[in-house]
Amino acid sequence: MAKILVVTSGKGGVGKTTTSAAIGTGLALRGHKTVVVDFDVGLRNLDLIMGCERRVVYDFVNVIQGDATLGQALIKDKRLENLYVLAASQTRDKDALSAEGVGRVMDELRESFEYIICDSPAGIEKGAHLAMYFADEAVVVTNPEVSSVRDSDRMLGLLASKSRRAENGEEPIKEHLLLTRYSPDRVNKGEMLGVEDVEEILAIRLLGVIPESQSVLKASNQGIPVILDEQSDAGQAYSDAVERLLGKETPHRFLDVHKKGFLQRLFGGRE
Amino acid sequence: MNLFDFFRERKKQSSASIAKERLQIIVAHERGQRSAPDYLPDLQKELIEVIRKYVNIDNDQVQVVLEDQGNCSILELNVTLPDR
Ligand SMILES: Nc1ncnc2c1ncn2[C@@H]1O[C@H](COP(=O)(O)OP(=O)(O)OP(=O)(O)O)[C@@H](O)[C@H]1O
Ligand SMILES: [Mg+2]
Repeated sequence: MAKILVVTSGKGGVGKTTTSAAIGTGLALRGHKTVVVDFDVGLRNLDLIMGCERRVVYDFVNVIQGDATLGQALIKDKRLENLYVLAASQTRDKDALSAEGVGRVMDELRESFEYIICDSPAGIEKGAHLAMYFADEAVVVTNPEVSSVRDSDRMLGLLASKSRRAENGEEPIKEHLLLTRYSPDRVNKGEMLGVEDVEEILAIRLLGVIPESQSVLKASNQGIPVILDEQSDAGQAYSDAVERLLGKETPHRFLDVHKKGFLQRLFGGRE
Repeated sequence: MNLFDFFRERKKQSSASIAKERLQIIVAHERGQRSAPDYLPDLQKELIEVIRKYVNIDNDQVQVVLEDQGNCSILELNVTLPDR
């Protein structure tokens, strides 16, 4: 049975698109036929992060409005067999997405994909609402910072009351917390909320902790989802998160400050 | 307490733990509002108008809270009357 998974946050710039690209790629790597759908109408960016920006011919809105078929609009990933992208439209018309139209496209995608990853725009307006409306599961991307945590809680309220599942009285959307841009040394110094703090406040299942990492910018520069950088801490943390999404239990990594080397300890070097 | 003492007081508590405390309070408050029925703000406005016919009160002197008690809810109305 196909699963629709929304990557959402309320607050902007916390790492939703980075996460959508990583999770989509991670699922495809493990043999699941996956499509990543960009809901950020007017601010298309998933294509850049996935490295397929020059191959966008038709987009999500073209399909909804009947100007193209899904087959024409889906972009097949160059690296992975099971991975596809549906780009957002660059139109400035905020009403280009309709609930009825999105529902139709989701139903059609369900027929040929195992996972449909919806990359939500920021905010709680129409675009963000439509991105989460049809979801079966939600990854709530949160930074360890007050406004992001508050907005995540707001989004959790909307997932529980304004989704299709909530309106039809079905089993609620399964919620996952993904804490990103985490700096263990700042947490140790008392400068940043720790993972336990955020878990305690939001009270949902922890899918993973992605460290603040230079590898993310390096990956986006090249249009390669960071999960494909297997040497990087962020890439490995995303791989763990995908494993957990698939039901495997793996211990959380990258929560502690790097152990100091012997010489550093001997001479008391600070960094 | 002078300014210097003020900052020293604060320094004992890390900024992360201040963040956590503030979040716990605002999130609890907002969750309460979320579960409240849609008519509550209007109810509060009309109640204030009725009371104003008799006593001069400010908006923040009336609190309307709906408390969920399982199989029933209790509507709690709290009015602070000004000094006579
Ligand atoms: N773990 C990380 N470490 C370092 N930088 C990161 C990390 N995650 C995301 N970033 C950076 O944060 C910025 C925002 O990321 P991204 O575009 O994924 O966020 P978004 O939530 O999709 O934003 P928007 O709300 O605008 O759609 C990017 O510059 C990205 O490189
Ligand atoms: Mg984005």
